[in-house]
Amino acid sequence: MKIIREFGGFIQMFGGMFRAPENKKMFWNQFMLQCKDIGVGSLGIIVIISTFIGAVSTLQTAYQLVSPIIPKETIAQIVRDTVILEFAPTLGCIVLAGVVGSKIASELGNMRVSEQIDALEIMGINTKNYLILPKILAGTLTIPMLIVIAMVLGIWGGRLAGSAAGIIDPTIYDKGLILGFNPYNVYFALIKSFVFAFLITAIPSFYGYNVKGGALEIGLQSTRAVVVSCVLLLFADYILSALLL
Amino acid sequence: MIEIKNLKKSFGSKEVLKGVNAVLEDGKCNLIIGSSGSGKTVFMKCMVGLIKPTEGEVLYDGKDFIHISLEEKKEIRKQIGMLFQGSALFDSQTVGDNIMFPLHMFTNDKLSAKKDRVREVLKRVNLQEDAYGKFPSEISGGMQKRVALARAIVLNPRYLFCDEPNSGLDPQTSIVIDKLIQEITQEYDITTIVNTHDMNSVMEIGDHIIYMHQGEKEWEGNNKDIIFSKSEKLNDFIFASEFLKDAKNMRNIKETGELPDDISDDIKEAIEEKFNIDLDGDGIVGSE
Repeated sequence: MKIIREFGGFIQMFGGMFRAPENKKMFWNQFMLQCKDIGVGSLGIIVIISTFIGAVSTLQTAYQLVSPIIPKETIAQIVRDTVILEFAPTLGCIVLAGVVGSKIASELGNMRVSEQIDALEIMGINTKNYLILPKILAGTLTIPMLIVIAMVLGIWGGRLAGSAAGIIDPTIYDKGLILGFNPYNVYFALIKSFVFAFLITAIPSFYGYNVKGGALEIGLQSTRAVVVSCVLLLFADYILSALLL
Repeated sequence: MIEIKNLKKSFGSKEVLKGVNAVLEDGKCNLIIGSSGSGKTVFMKCMVGLIKPTEGEVLYDGKDFIHISLEEKKEIRKQIGMLFQGSALFDSQTVGDNIMFPLHMFTNDKLSAKKDRVREVLKRVNLQEDAYGKFPSEISGGMQKRVALARAIVLNPRYLFCDEPNSGLDPQTSIVIDKLIQEITQEYDITTIVNTHDMNSVMEIGDHIIYMHQGEKEWEGNNKDIIFSKSEKLNDFIFASEFLKDAKNMRNIKETGELPDDISDDIKEAIEEKFNIDLDGDGIVGSE
């Protein structure tokens, strides 16, 4: 029953969101601020995680491919495809669900509890349009960009680790990257990251915007927002893979 | 003028407002008083549209705020300023940016004109210009209230709503805020609605008072006649404070014509000053 009510509330949230903003310049400023917060603010963690994921992928793939009949290029191929298809978009977005999601939920929750949202409403501002929509738009724009960076860095991290550990020569690795490359995989990863970006900005916005109570509830709703985002993200990952691959 | 007709609000089976009727007059400080849980906050939130009432009308100059279109609602909201209980300042913005926010949102003035207006209202609420660049967390609670008041009046509203303006403030700062609200009401000729349970505010600025009890309007009047009210519930509420017990004594004096033996000259003088009533040594002479 609660799930249905929450889903109804989530859909309702979009009702008042897509109206013309009271002031386009202020809306643009808010959008740019969110692009900076979500995009630039998450860049560091994405760089670290994707590089290490790529590096570990190379080492583990090499560890498992012990047969001498399998060419070394296969390591690069496996790393490339797993990073592009799964690690960069899914793992990257799960991390972003924690980083961005909890920030959005706690920011809006704090604004709700301290009556800042009410203050905006009293001024005649459509708060869903001014506070939530820029977050969703900024997320759906910057997160796919971050995922592209994660793909590149993941593959580069694999190359670096492979060469540092003496597992695979960089020229062979590069050759493997080109071998059997399917551009559709990148396209698929971008679709996934776009859907995930929507989930990890819209769901925490919903939970944060509807916080009732005090500081404790802000924490609870932030945690809930991250958990629900992650679960739905994995579910969406399965559905998209089943439909598009 | 704001007119409220048969305003009802229920949360589930709990009826919080039970058909309130009231007229909030222009150019006056209209106080809504009542103990915690009496429904005064819900009443105010229904008036400004933060809560949708179950039934009834809230008329701003004859326009029903609840049933008009969103665009019309926005127009009325631009005429409303509100001072929240916790100030509701945007904590990531400086004092100057907080006050400038409504100007950025709703005016096309040049930045210099906006800055001048911000300085003007800062001065009006008796804040130094050095507060301009500070963040809300860097200033005191009383200053936060004044900044919130400055933000509420920066667009020259016609209606000023104040929800518990003295909550969390010391008595001296409370008086400063009360006086400020009263001065602004008179100076800008606006309709001010103050939600409070502070009896000092009631006696200082209560041009028009509505006493709420369990979701109903129990009493209506002004600060001159509140202490002579015959409403038992209102008496229980206003005479709960130590100082106002003396006021109750004073009322008894008026009714019996005799001063109790234990009343001190200081108290007598304070009562005379506070309620603008003359007492002589033998009993009451008359009011005003």
